[in-house]
Amino acid sequence: MRIQLISQEVWNGLRRNLSVVVSVILVTFISLSFVGAAILLQMQINQMKGFWYDRAQVGIYFCGPVDATETCTQTAATAEQVQAVRDVLESGAIAPYVSNVEFEDRELAYENFMEQFGGTASAEFASPETMNEALWVGPSSPADADLIREATSALPGVLEVRDQQALLEPIFQVLNTASLAAIGVAVLMLVAAVLLISTTIRLSAFSRKRELGIMRLVGASNRFIQTPFIIEGVVAALLGAVLAAGAVIAIVHFFLQGYVAPMLQTIAIVTLDDALVVAPVLVGIGVLFAGVAAAVAIRRYLKI
Amino acid sequence: MIRFDEVSKTYSRKARPALERVSLEILKGEFVFLVGASGSGKSTLIRMVLREEVPTGGEVHVLGQRLKALPNRRVPFFRRNLGVVFQDFRLLHNKTVYENVAFTLQVIGKSRGFISEAVPDVLKVVGLAGKASRLPHELSGGEQQRVAIARAVVNRPPILLADEPTGNLDPSTSAGIMALLARINEGGTTVVMATHEASIVDELQKRVVELDAGVIMRDEAHGSYKRHLADPAFDEEEIA
Repeated sequence: MRIQLISQEVWNGLRRNLSVVVSVILVTFISLSFVGAAILLQMQINQMKGFWYDRAQVGIYFCGPVDATETCTQTAATAEQVQAVRDVLESGAIAPYVSNVEFEDRELAYENFMEQFGGTASAEFASPETMNEALWVGPSSPADADLIREATSALPGVLEVRDQQALLEPIFQVLNTASLAAIGVAVLMLVAAVLLISTTIRLSAFSRKRELGIMRLVGASNRFIQTPFIIEGVVAALLGAVLAAGAVIAIVHFFLQGYVAPMLQTIAIVTLDDALVVAPVLVGIGVLFAGVAAAVAIRRYLKI
Repeated sequence: MIRFDEVSKTYSRKARPALERVSLEILKGEFVFLVGASGSGKSTLIRMVLREEVPTGGEVHVLGQRLKALPNRRVPFFRRNLGVVFQDFRLLHNKTVYENVAFTLQVIGKSRGFISEAVPDVLKVVGLAGKASRLPHELSGGEQQRVAIARAVVNRPPILLADEPTGNLDPSTSAGIMALLARINEGGTTVVMATHEASIVDELQKRVVELDAGVIMRDEAHGSYKRHLADPAFDEEEIA
């Protein structure tokens, strides 16, 4: 009896304020879509970090005949100097942080360079003689790269130690800023959604003022009085959240996986699995926020 | 049933208290008229019994409960023991007579079986057996008030509070309503009724409590609306 009565109240409330309820649905939909986008962007960043950092190596470049720095004296690094660096990498203190070491001689460096820049202006002046010898060191974990750099950069014959992670940093910074912006928009929209939900509930309560008065008079419990309103807010927000979840899944499935991923095969793009993790989070946020907003909004009408 | 001990109520914005040191005891099965001019404190008194208001001083006990000590969340359950009727009926316009009465029972969680028995019974008691499916606007004022009374007593509360229940009704209709209230009272329900209407009070010869500016002026077991002319205090006051 009471469940039927409550659901009837909820339905009446939703129908009576249809236009406001629709706007609640839309605002919740958009705000939660932004929340979803922000979460996915963070996931994307983590995924890319994992993908690239695992592959990022530390390049130890050796002096060439023309280099003049603190450690180079305009003479090419000798084989002994290269071996000295290798010895450091294989020493007991550093070895645990190194997973592999590869030597790149001038010929190989030239080949790699031409592969990357062949046909451009700089390629015309390149020759194996202008290349530097290098050791490519794979750190055991991305965090170990700094240690390797510190241990080797001051050794004689070493021109420069370059950590590829540093090259990736700006890309992640851009993505991170984008996700922060998305979170910012999401927060603003969520505030709007919460305010709209509480206004809707107040409006709904106001239009049922007479009924509420009689309910209080005859001794309806507060929980009984507020339940239909909370459900009303939650139902509206739930619809918006489900739309947002659907939008996030659709964007990942059709746009990112269907369109972007085939074009960018070297980059791991967030997958449908990630979107399926995000979807319930959005629904949860929507329901929680709406429930709290409605419960607070209706409090004024429960005063004895 | 109802006891007021030195009850005062002061509203912060007004200098004059709405009730001042009111002490009153109403026993089980009594029928009590509250009389007095508008603003004399009748409605405040009724609202205190309902615990819509709490006194600023003194104690109100209703049905053995010290209302000041009653936590807010228990108030709805306390109110289930009270029936209330108002001058303006307070019916739900989009619900039928039956639904209006059933609504009370639904919101306090009575079973469907109980409702389908209790509602027709109470409608018969108030004389609306044939009009269960009417909407309030299809009824006369007196009939609407009967619906309100049916709603107030359907749960068989020990106390029925009535705040000027005949205020909107013509004299002959009022008489019908009063007969109904008297019959409910005879069934054992304590009735407290605030009213302006002298003829009703004089007719029933029940206990009369007169309030003036928040103070009880008199409390007579078988009183009338006006103080008796034979009352010497009355004459003295008039002369003074």
